Amino acid sequence: MVKFIIRRVGLMILTTLCLTLLVFFITNLYPNLEKLAKTQLNFRMSDDAVTSYLERNGYLRPTPVGYAQWLGVIPGYVSEPDKEGKITGRCKLPGVTMEDSPKYCGVLQGYWGYSTVFKEPALDILTKRLGLTGWLMLTVMLVMIPAALLLGIFSGMREGSKLDRTLSAFSITSTATPEYVSGIVFIAIFSSSAFGLKWFKGSATSAMDDITWVNFTLPVMTIALYGMGYIARMTRASMAEVMTSQYIRTARLKGVSFTSIVIKHALRNALIAPFTVIMLQFPWLLNGVVIVETIFNYKGFGWVLVQAASNNDIDLLLGCSVIAVIVVLVTQLISDIGYVVLNPRIRIN
Amino acid sequence: MESLSWSQITVEVLIRFIPVWISLALTFSISIYSKRRTGLYGKLFDSPLGMVGFGIVMFWVFTAIFADLIMTHDPLTQVSGMKNKIPGYPMSSAGKEGVFQHYLLGGDIMARDVFSRVVLGSRVVLIIAPAATAFAFMVGITLGLPAGYYGGRFDTTLSFISNLVLAFPVILLFFLLVTPEIRLAGIEIGNYTWTIPTIMASILFIFPIIFTIILFNSRYFTQPNKRNFLIGFTVLFGGWLYLGLAWDADPLGLISIDPNILIVFVSVVFVNSPTVFRIVRGIVLDIKTRDYVAAGQTRGEGPWYIMLWEILPNARGPLIVDFCLRIGYTTILLGTLGFFGLGLSPESPDWGTTINSGRRLLSIYPHPALVPAFSLMSLVLGLNLLADGLREESLKD
Repeated sequence: MVKFIIRRVGLMILTTLCLTLLVFFITNLYPNLEKLAKTQLNFRMSDDAVTSYLERNGYLRPTPVGYAQWLGVIPGYVSEPDKEGKITGRCKLPGVTMEDSPKYCGVLQGYWGYSTVFKEPALDILTKRLGLTGWLMLTVMLVMIPAALLLGIFSGMREGSKLDRTLSAFSITSTATPEYVSGIVFIAIFSSSAFGLKWFKGSATSAMDDITWVNFTLPVMTIALYGMGYIARMTRASMAEVMTSQYIRTARLKGVSFTSIVIKHALRNALIAPFTVIMLQFPWLLNGVVIVETIFNYKGFGWVLVQAASNNDIDLLLGCSVIAVIVVLVTQLISDIGYVVLNPRIRIN
Repeated sequence: MESLSWSQITVEVLIRFIPVWISLALTFSISIYSKRRTGLYGKLFDSPLGMVGFGIVMFWVFTAIFADLIMTHDPLTQVSGMKNKIPGYPMSSAGKEGVFQHYLLGGDIMARDVFSRVVLGSRVVLIIAPAATAFAFMVGITLGLPAGYYGGRFDTTLSFISNLVLAFPVILLFFLLVTPEIRLAGIEIGNYTWTIPTIMASILFIFPIIFTIILFNSRYFTQPNKRNFLIGFTVLFGGWLYLGLAWDADPLGLISIDPNILIVFVSVVFVNSPTVFRIVRGIVLDIKTRDYVAAGQTRGEGPWYIMLWEILPNARGPLIVDFCLRIGYTTILLGTLGFFGLGLSPESPDWGTTINSGRRLLSIYPHPALVPAFSLMSLVLGLNLLADGLREESLKD
């Protein structure tokens, strides 16, 4: 088991490195850098001025070198002295000379770069925004998982019954309703100022300071609805399979009541498969979070990702991808380990 | 001119869809009449849910085909005085001959007809989504078959790459690939600039050609004449399409693709291929232990013959079901791209873009966003029901 985890973690680190290298390469393509220089200084810069700006700030080094500097495994970029003899560099701290600044400054040292849009260190922005998204994710999980499991259990315990048909139809519909559809339908129905019910708010901006029933319900429902159907269908399939197995039949013949069969005998075995699915839903939730935070203007991680990507904020975008990739990979790992732990039939050698 | 009431709007909309109703009625009556002779397709008509799904999907397919007949106005023309008007609002130029008198489902923020845009949008969606899914399947099958069949280092490498793509959040990938700066970035080789979209297109679009060549080669290996003819045809015809689509270099100047659509298409194929690869690989790992595969190997059949003509036909059930589901998923992805304003031009009538432009005034004028939203939802729902029906019926064997 330990060997299995070590191997998986190793693979995970390799994957993260590959993906961040890819993002680094794409975000540091010349047209991106050109745009960066122009937004930093002025839009009518000559091509020569752009090149010299990029040269001076160390953007034009070969990709592997730049990546290693960004990662913090080789010393950060230091510029040639300019006309006044001043030198600058990636690691230069404000108000401190180059000599007193640390030599290495990369993601590993905790220096995630500086956001050109928000004018703040990228790591600070990300931790703040991740906290906000964390609340959203947590609430979504608290709503989605119990609801999905109940849906799945109720429709799977008597396969083919009317209850099953109704609940299955609901879960199919929910998987067919992406967040950007349900989000705007909810806003139109529940919060429209012209004709809607005006129960909830169509914007979750105020939920960043104070989460209330009125401003948080719609975003949470929107994400939960799309994810719910899939988990419910997995639970239903797994429940239906368990309900046809021999030991359930034995329990039935013994005269155990149906409720007791479902709760005491069937549930435990039926919930192994959904566990994996729930963990694998995280990457999906990430998509949902980006869409929902955009619709409801909730300024969390997803919103930052959109801002960073559309404003060419290289360091922040790199930071976002590191976090996104790690979230996905860690949940995959937990899902694999959990599956092994929960399911005694699987042995790893 | 009076505004139309809701019942009048419904009637008018139903009338506009008459070509679709006729085609649907014909399709259903022919299919139900011959359902005992058409295999899995016929069996679909034994499952009520499957039939509903098929009906919804075909509704949109026929809408896309007859879009020119159904549209009431030009989807790009802005008519003054019709901005954000409610459904059923009479045209400002009412009374003129040859012009449809109302905006059936209202006007959008640019004073264009919502109804016509949704109808034409179905065409954009129903061309890109199935085609992209088909390409993803070609890539996934061409790589997944040998990966599952041979295993070993080839399998390990490909699985690692596909896991890489799968670990990447889709939206981030879209933002990285589809932003204008990145689409322009390129490496100049000779006098041709290789941008990221063209590089990806050149790699991804070669797979259908490879797939077809291997398919014919393994099947007609013993009939060299037929084989040479088929392969020659594939190379010529496929190569022609390839030049036009991937490089925009069709010597005849007939085939070309809007670069906006190309990048959307390529990124959707790219996102879908690894999943298809994993599914195909999994199925092959299962099927290759069967007796008929062993029998083929004993007969001395080549590995590609076994993969393509023994294993693949026996994997068709799950693959067809996944194909339907995946078209739905691709539709959602296209909508996501449109929703973030990536790729397709803001003028484009596709549903994602329309939802995006409509959502700004959502709480005052909801119809420009709601109509495409419900259309997209119904198409995906139809595809999911269809896939469910197919799965149920194929399991009954």
